[in-house]
Amino acid sequence: MKLRGRKIVGGKAEGELVVSRKALSFLGGVDPETGIVTDAESDIRGQSIAGKILAFPRGKGSTVGSYVIYALKKNGKAPKAIIVGEAETIVATGAIIAGIPMVDGIDVSRLRSGERVKVDADSGEVEVEE
Amino acid sequence: MYLTKEEELILAGEYGYALQKAMEILVALGEIYGAERLIPIKSAQIAGVSYKNIGDAGMEFLRDFADAGAKVSVYTTLNPAGIGDDEFMEKQREVLELYRRMGIEITSTCTPYYGANLPKFGDHIAWSESSAVSFANSILGARTNREGGPSSLAAAIVGKTPNYGLHLDENRKATVVVNVDAEVETFVDYAALGYHLGRTLGNDVPYIRGLKPERTEFLKEMGAAMAASGSIALYHVEGETPEYRAAIAEELETITVEDSDIRAVRGEFRDDWTDIDMILIGCPHASLGEVKEIAELLRMRGRPLRIPLFITASGAVKALADALGYTEIIERYNGRIIADVCFVVSPIKGWYSGIATNSGKSAFYFRSFGFHVRLDDAENLIREAP
Repeated sequence: MKLRGRKIVGGKAEGELVVSRKALSFLGGVDPETGIVTDAESDIRGQSIAGKILAFPRGKGSTVGSYVIYALKKNGKAPKAIIVGEAETIVATGAIIAGIPMVDGIDVSRLRSGERVKVDADSGEVEVEE
Repeated sequence: MYLTKEEELILAGEYGYALQKAMEILVALGEIYGAERLIPIKSAQIAGVSYKNIGDAGMEFLRDFADAGAKVSVYTTLNPAGIGDDEFMEKQREVLELYRRMGIEITSTCTPYYGANLPKFGDHIAWSESSAVSFANSILGARTNREGGPSSLAAAIVGKTPNYGLHLDENRKATVVVNVDAEVETFVDYAALGYHLGRTLGNDVPYIRGLKPERTEFLKEMGAAMAASGSIALYHVEGETPEYRAAIAEELETITVEDSDIRAVRGEFRDDWTDIDMILIGCPHASLGEVKEIAELLRMRGRPLRIPLFITASGAVKALADALGYTEIIERYNGRIIADVCFVVSPIKGWYSGIATNSGKSAFYFRSFGFHVRLDDAENLIREAP
């Protein structure tokens, strides 16, 4: 299955999906030291996003969340790529300063945790392996 | 989005890492929000200053950015800093030093317009403190979106911002009419009205009828509360604010505010004096007029306060208050003016448990942090305080 979205930050990555059905806050929602989701309201609480392809509908919460994404990268715990339904400033800015490939405009309800995907952020394409 | 030749070169990294990252942020935001191009800005005001808010993650980013030679290209000031224990203050000083290295004025205030960062009508700017954004858009008629810390820093470095949102005429039109059919007379009435409207309207652009604010500070306070309980970045007040004449383009939905709405907000923050251990004035930071008023109220009271009173203000206002003798009077009655800081962004839990204030914005935040809160006009607070 191929899904087409829009480039926010260019680059390519492949790996295992972690999919959240809910909006995600990075400030206070993800531990920058470990990459583990701590947001009490999150449906992927307790899971690690380190080295995964992270998909969620949209970001929420404080704009300081951008810096948490940067810290994840510096600590080697960042996701390899970010896929969102709708980009907003917090996550987009975080992905830019951290240099993480990011695509928006993807219907994330069609993605499942555990699936393997290839992300070509330059062309905005997400390919789910069968 | 259309980019000039030079903007393309910056984006390609020809001018170094810092400018490239800053340009990437601006271009991405422009694409997300459908901007056609970048426009030059006159000034920037940057959030993400308190160590309590940005933490080690933010510091790491700022350090890497400063080390890469990032420099602002327009006049830029900062949001207020935090105050805390020694360990906190050391980190806080480090954050300020990183901003200083980027060429930013270390004026840490939510009221930069009481100093040298005073835009004029029609200026495009990139500001991020929500109450300052509201003041600049609504009262001054300058144009800014509600920027986040990193995006206002990026705009300051490039000297431009993507042309979308409140930079465009069509988005500055009112989206709802508010008829105020209530007595809104004092500072805290305005704060309560703002708090009520923010909660009711979310991110609308209200056109407000029926207000006759005695002082500009009343509108400043209303806007700050509106931007805290909702995300209102621009409002128009009939007969008062500079863009009201052109603000209504079509038939709009109308809501009415009654006395009971104002009383309801005021009634939410009525904790007893026995639970209050400090008084806070100056959220947003106090004007010289507000400082003068407090000095006069203290003199009328005639005896020192048993609990401390803090007035937060910009360094510029504090310097004027010092020169004019207000500071001395305030200190005589157990008050202090503290410059360039904000209690809302400070780790003061444990220092105080209850706060009396005339600010709707800080009442709202301190309640959410678990403090006891008493909201009333300065006149009543200083008369009634133990």
